[in-house]
Amino acid sequence: MSKTVLTIDDSRTMREMLNMALVQAGYRVIQAVDGVEGLEVLRAQGADVVITDINMPRMDGFGVIEGVRADPAHRATPILVLTTESDATKKERARAAGATGWIVKPFNPTKLVDAIRRVAA
Amino acid sequence: MDPFESIKATFFQECDELLTDMESGLLAMEQGDDDSETINAVFRAVHSVKGGAGAFGLEELIRFAHVFETVLDEMRSGRLPLTDEVAKVLLRASDVLADHVAAARSGGGVDEGRTVGMIADLQALIDQDRAAELGLNDHGGADAPDEDFGFVPVLLSLDEPAAEAPEVDIAALMAASAEPSAGVDPAPDAAPSWMVTFRPRAEMYAKANESALVLRELARLGEVEVSLDTGAVPPLDQLSAEMAYLTWTIRLAGDKSEAEIREVFEFVEDDCDLTVVRDGETAAAEGAETSTDDDASASAVEAAAAAPLDLDALLARVSAPAPALESAPPAAPAPAAAAAPAPAPAPASLDVAGLIALAEKASQDHAQAQTAPPKADPKADQKEKAEARAGSGAATAATPTIRVDLDRVDRLINAVGELVIQQAMLSQRVFESGLARSSDVALGLEDLELLTREIQDSVMAIRAQPVKSVFQRMPRLVREVADMVGKKVRLVMDGENTEVDKTVIERLADPITHMLRNAIDHGLETPEEREAGGKGVEGTVRLAALHRGGRIVIEVQDDGRGINRPRVRGIAVTKGLIAEDAVLSDDEIDNLIFLPGFSTADVVSDISGRGVGMDVVKRSIQALGGRISITSEPGKGSKFSMSLPLTLAVLDGMVVSAADQTLVAPLSNIVESLTPRAEDVHLIGGRDAVICIRDTFVPLIDVGVALGFRDTPLPPASGVAVLVESEGGGKAALLVEAIQGQRQVVIKSLEANYQHIHGVAAATILGDGRVALILDVDALVTTSRRKAPRIEKRMAV
Repeated sequence: MSKTVLTIDDSRTMREMLNMALVQAGYRVIQAVDGVEGLEVLRAQGADVVITDINMPRMDGFGVIEGVRADPAHRATPILVLTTESDATKKERARAAGATGWIVKPFNPTKLVDAIRRVAA
Repeated sequence: MDPFESIKATFFQECDELLTDMESGLLAMEQGDDDSETINAVFRAVHSVKGGAGAFGLEELIRFAHVFETVLDEMRSGRLPLTDEVAKVLLRASDVLADHVAAARSGGGVDEGRTVGMIADLQALIDQDRAAELGLNDHGGADAPDEDFGFVPVLLSLDEPAAEAPEVDIAALMAASAEPSAGVDPAPDAAPSWMVTFRPRAEMYAKANESALVLRELARLGEVEVSLDTGAVPPLDQLSAEMAYLTWTIRLAGDKSEAEIREVFEFVEDDCDLTVVRDGETAAAEGAETSTDDDASASAVEAAAAAPLDLDALLARVSAPAPALESAPPAAPAPAAAAAPAPAPAPASLDVAGLIALAEKASQDHAQAQTAPPKADPKADQKEKAEARAGSGAATAATPTIRVDLDRVDRLINAVGELVIQQAMLSQRVFESGLARSSDVALGLEDLELLTREIQDSVMAIRAQPVKSVFQRMPRLVREVADMVGKKVRLVMDGENTEVDKTVIERLADPITHMLRNAIDHGLETPEEREAGGKGVEGTVRLAALHRGGRIVIEVQDDGRGINRPRVRGIAVTKGLIAEDAVLSDDEIDNLIFLPGFSTADVVSDISGRGVGMDVVKRSIQALGGRISITSEPGKGSKFSMSLPLTLAVLDGMVVSAADQTLVAPLSNIVESLTPRAEDVHLIGGRDAVICIRDTFVPLIDVGVALGFRDTPLPPASGVAVLVESEGGGKAALLVEAIQGQRQVVIKSLEANYQHIHGVAAATILGDGRVALILDVDALVTTSRRKAPRIEKRMAV
């Protein structure tokens, strides 16, 4: 059965990019538009991998990481954060909060799938 | 559509939304809102534009967005305080960003000079040293140094069956290493290979990383021989799910580079002890290096010391101390060296596959066993969740909208229009048939009428939209015009959520644009003049929308110099628009600017003029059934008010008859109706009739004659005079034979079905199925007024 990836990003463009690349690679994709919705969707539907943006309204990516890690049912779910090359501080903060890995924007689909494979069985 | 193109289209659509968000955020900031969420929202918008642009390789856009974003980030982090000046620069930057987006969308170019200037202005906001630190200096922002935008087009790489790469059977892979020391003995003739030791620490598992997956990835690089050291695993009763006990040693055949190998460990390298060395080289030095910086590794090091590693065998073969040792603390290499002579125990007896499973399980258990982070005190957590739920509830409640094609709505409106007509016809027939009003049929019809009216209102409401979509384009216009004429202007907007029919909204933009330009160009004084006049340097222009009397009113008000009445009057006289001796009230003088051929600017300026005077604006508004007027106070400013019907689809009208025709006069034009007395009607020049109503003379227009239904005028006393006021404020009395009643009618375009007729605005279908013409009151009044100034003057003098 194909794995489910939850993508959390407030940008529709980014969600569609992720969706296209992931579906093409054989993943099932579910989406959320911000951290609050992301945690809700994760609790309701579960996911094998979470990919989250950092800058989002209502709840940012750090909030997502903390929320997932604090939830006994999902604490072992791998989380990949979307970062930019120039944002080393944010990447470190995400790591410290418990991010499993990261994807540097703009990503190419091969790297994206590589990153997922590295964190999801 | 090509999926990539379709995402690109999404991107530009999203850009529109983002730019709108950004601008309203910036406008709030201009008003002094330095709330972090406002600044954050603006930052996010610019950031998202840049992110998307990165994905599509839109270099110009990326570069500018990067500089803009950097400045916003400085503000977000509190290093750049929000001042009026800063807000203004940011607003201008938002315009440039919008230009870049538009250029990227159309494939056109942008104004290079403006971009460069804007970048310089943005950089100037940031302290020089800080700018250098951020890499913004001296490149004119031309490169976004840290960002790798070498985009690999999505479609190309999608063809790679990335996820379908052969799965590596970890168990089988492990089994290969079951032979004792197999992974350690370097085969002398083999191709160069790498030795990798990988000792995860507890943190790695806490982040949901798994050793098995990392090893699987490593195995994709080439043939691997893996051995697992379980020496550090304590007896079961001392085993903690929180700890990490396992160390893997992997020999990787093949000519991969070290970087390629390390990339596999990218996510975990800070949370494990990792050494990657050429087979046969020492791993000790590097091993020490990796483990120096972390406190948590103490236990791991300890474990390493006690561990009868396979690695030991490897280390044993290193005869001389590693040259790199002097820089490393002795702790790590020393125990390793001490352990070296110990006999290498054979891990062979272990079921390695089983152990891997154990490792995976351990990492999961570990992750699950960990208690919630200390900060999450349960109450706060619950509260947070509750808030989160509430927040999301609000969000879902705010968004249940559907997008519907406008054509469908129009079809519905048309159908409802027909329904209204049918219902009216039915009522009339029933009434004519002599059925009692209390009969079941009549009562049922009454309910039907109410229901029909309700349906009609609801359908019209579907088309209603807030004027926001037009208003939000104005701040930019104001900034640009202000810049062009060198004036300082603050735009205040009110009533953006006022709703009006979609057809009306689309046509509001032009008149509003023109009135704003006019207000800034002609209405406001230059900063110097304002200062001299004791006003603030910055002028204020207020744009407001409100509902009044079933119409939407748009007001554009400035606090400028007001209308120069002597000058306006002078020009009107010079241009022959009024007689030199005409006696006009202040209001009448102000409204002279709407006369055709009047323009007060000495030189028709590029800004408000474009050769178009207020008369054209007035006419375009009148074409919509609207009216415009101006009030002004010298030295204090002027106010343009424009009022338009809320919809162009239905009309409240007075049904009248003239020359056996049924006609409809728009109710909004009607002031009153009266029965004329013969002595109140006078003939001017033996031909043009005027009627005296409460000591004022207004032209009396025989509608039947004016529309050509008959040649001989109706004797005034035998008809009814309907006093109407045109959009421009001109009055006239329409002489008709009788008034039938007031009714809401559905407007049908005459031009679309027949052709334009002077004096007729449109047509409608009445309850009895007959077509009735809707009078164009303005045209009728204006026609009569062509001769009117003469008349009025005579009356006024």
